[in-house]
Amino acid sequence: MFEIFSFELLQQYWWLIVSILAGLLVFLLFVQGGQTLLYTIAKDETERSMLVNSLGRKWEFTFTTLVVFGGAFFASFPLFYASSFGGAYWLWTIILFSFIIQAVSYEYRSKPNNFLGKRTYEVFLFINGLVGTFALGVVVATFFTGNGFYLTQMNSVRWDNSLRGIESLFCVRNLSLGAAIFFLSRTLGILYFMNNIQDDPILKRSRKHLLINAVPFVVFFLVFLVWTLLSSGFAVDPHSGTVFMEKYKYLNNFIEMPIVAVFFVVGVLMTLWGMTRNMVCSAKPEKGIWWSGIGVILVVVMLFLVAGYNNTAFYPSVSNLQSSLTIYNSSSSKYTLVVMSYVSLLVPFVFAYIWFAWKALNRKKIDRAEMEGDEHMY
Amino acid sequence: MIEQVDLSLVNWSRAQFALTAMYHWIFVPLTLGLSFMIAMMETKYVKSGNEEWKRITKFWMKLFGINFAIGVATGIILEFEFGTNWSNYSWFVGDIFGAPLAIEGIMAFFLESTFIAVMFFGWNKVSKKFHLVSTWLVAFGASLSALWILIANGWMQYPAGMHFNPDTARNEMISFLDVFLSPLAINKFLHTIFSAYTISAIFIIGVSAWFLIKKREIMFAKKSMLVAGIFGLVSSMYLVATGDGSAYNVAQHQPAKLAAMEGMYHGQERAGLVVLGVLKPGYEIGSEESPYYFKFEIPQLLSFLGYRNVDAFVPGINDLVEGNEQYQLLSADEKIMRGKVAIATLKEYKDAKESGDVLLTDSLREYFDENTPQGKEFLDEYFSYFGYGFLNDPKDIIPNVPMTFYSFHIMVGLGFYFVLFFMIILFFTWKNVIDRKKLILRLAILTMPLGFIASQAGWIVSEVGRQPWVVQDYLPTIAAVTHIDASAVQLTFFLFAALFTALLIAEVTIMIKQIKKGPNEGGQ
Repeated sequence: MFEIFSFELLQQYWWLIVSILAGLLVFLLFVQGGQTLLYTIAKDETERSMLVNSLGRKWEFTFTTLVVFGGAFFASFPLFYASSFGGAYWLWTIILFSFIIQAVSYEYRSKPNNFLGKRTYEVFLFINGLVGTFALGVVVATFFTGNGFYLTQMNSVRWDNSLRGIESLFCVRNLSLGAAIFFLSRTLGILYFMNNIQDDPILKRSRKHLLINAVPFVVFFLVFLVWTLLSSGFAVDPHSGTVFMEKYKYLNNFIEMPIVAVFFVVGVLMTLWGMTRNMVCSAKPEKGIWWSGIGVILVVVMLFLVAGYNNTAFYPSVSNLQSSLTIYNSSSSKYTLVVMSYVSLLVPFVFAYIWFAWKALNRKKIDRAEMEGDEHMY
Repeated sequence: MIEQVDLSLVNWSRAQFALTAMYHWIFVPLTLGLSFMIAMMETKYVKSGNEEWKRITKFWMKLFGINFAIGVATGIILEFEFGTNWSNYSWFVGDIFGAPLAIEGIMAFFLESTFIAVMFFGWNKVSKKFHLVSTWLVAFGASLSALWILIANGWMQYPAGMHFNPDTARNEMISFLDVFLSPLAINKFLHTIFSAYTISAIFIIGVSAWFLIKKREIMFAKKSMLVAGIFGLVSSMYLVATGDGSAYNVAQHQPAKLAAMEGMYHGQERAGLVVLGVLKPGYEIGSEESPYYFKFEIPQLLSFLGYRNVDAFVPGINDLVEGNEQYQLLSADEKIMRGKVAIATLKEYKDAKESGDVLLTDSLREYFDENTPQGKEFLDEYFSYFGYGFLNDPKDIIPNVPMTFYSFHIMVGLGFYFVLFFMIILFFTWKNVIDRKKLILRLAILTMPLGFIASQAGWIVSEVGRQPWVVQDYLPTIAAVTHIDASAVQLTFFLFAALFTALLIAEVTIMIKQIKKGPNEGGQ
């Protein structure tokens, strides 16, 4: 079936899959956002346990999605994997450390003799929530602002700056997306608590903090979006493969791909509606996460499509334009993409069983009584 | 070209990857094996309705959870490090290596992470059967994950199903089945997975022995020992059988590794297998002396194990470095020269392409096309030694002999001991007298670290033994590493070492506490 697809179509198909995984990952960062709110939403140990146990049943989905996102990127666009990870060494290492300390914190936090103390593991969760989300946002922002690197004749990466990725933090546009992702994850975390926990004090405080986090998210996201739309972007000549700067490239991409623009706007509206309805409406607070979650997935997928489709370099080099990566010059071979495309047919099946298991576990919301039960606890 | 880099960077990058992999492999074997034994115990509970089996299941599940978390934490680092520290590798073979990693994520990681939540939190939320299926799916997912990553590793040891594309300057997959069904990869998976099952069984037996020595939870301990004893005996027997397959594959595809495993400098027909020996330190390649202070060997067995022929010639390190005309072995010097020709031809091709010289480009491209006469010759006679072109000293093709030799013998010796150990444990458990055999119980506790030592030694044989190659014959470590200051890798090495050590201490102290609490409290 996939054999009859052209190489270009397969490259576009895989960019779409990577984009969808990115969208899912950003949605699932609600776990990280929630981790930064343990001492904000909860006022005592029982409440904190409720938050941790609520998030603890989902943290592996986020973690796994991050790993699969990386694996899919590696398999489909290995030159990106080699260039970005090998180049922006310190930025990726910081992200990595933040996720390592998360992975043990849920299981070890409340166990006796846990060596580092309960509070340390909660600090680990906070660090992961802050650094992981912020740094991932900065990495994605560089898809639009670029990095300083060049590729040798044999496609080996040379990074210009000895800070190896840390220099991305000196760009305000990158920081604005980092901050937007951070506040978005907190907002989604709050919406998730409202969905998953049955407790009036937590619900009341969640509603209050929803506004406090949603507003900065919107502001930072708008700064990044408007700035990006009004900036020059990294265009590619489809015939020669030459990369050049084009005014309003990303705005043009939206205009030239109207379906992407429509889904983007729908995504933005759904995201905002999910937040707004949970702020103003007390009925069915569990609905907000789904509106905003699906909205976020749509927005992120469309942003990725704008970064990679329509003759655009998705990982641009500001110091050597012709070293910029496009979905056409950085992908795996056609054969590998065909093989991987067959594997991608499993994805709907994976979604189905995740949904089934999620529903089975979420039939009953987390409450105070459960914290005193004999179930496995974090 | 992929320029040469300083050795300290390569060594620190290797050290960091080895550190991560070795810590990872402390935890992963328990995840792989415990998950299956827990599933068996829960099956017993669901079939019999006996609450004692549920209590047993929940206790081991608790220990599984503590261990699983840190396995996940160290696992993600390896995936990142392929990019951060081995970026040239990621491009050079990413077209082949990336696929198993992605498939692992899609097929195995989601399965594990989804159903592990049901396994831990679903006792009172889903039906007994749904819970049991979830536990089995976690076990299946864990082993499926191992399958894909070990296929990737097996491919690095014996690259197959690929060709070189000079335009992209990388190897590209042409047959997924050749990668997936590579005999070396399949055997590697089986050998590794059975080693993990063996370690887990030793772990359960050791902990159960502690309860019996303390005269606590007698029934719980005996039942656990029975499950682990049977599981361990079967696994250890398969472990030995697949070990034979491993040796055979090494002989076929990695002769330098085999020579290092046996400390064999002088090749010979009807070669014996060294069962026990002590190597002379600082032994020089090319020396005519014996490399051993003493050795005890079984005559002709190495020839038979490596080539299924007792008369077969097994090349030694000297033959591989200096060449052996009688057995048509090229010298390392010759291979290095041919590799440099391959690299120079590729550079010439890239230069011609960049300068727009179409005629020269077209004529050079034929060297990389196996369907042309000059291409067939070039690919067979020169390009198959591509990786050697990055080396400068013929001795570079030989791995660290003492480390490989001793690791191999420790692994093999312990492997046979484990079979005997499980037989003894099962015999006394079957006779229902195990709780009275204090010496055996103490032996069971002392055997716990031996499982980990054997397994780590096995990985040293596999990975140190294949040096200098990341991808056998095609890419040495020196050409695979990321261009970065060695000081950056040094710093991350120590950061990782500190973090891993802290987490390991946390894991061990938590686990000891949970074991001491026992199944009544620990199972909650």
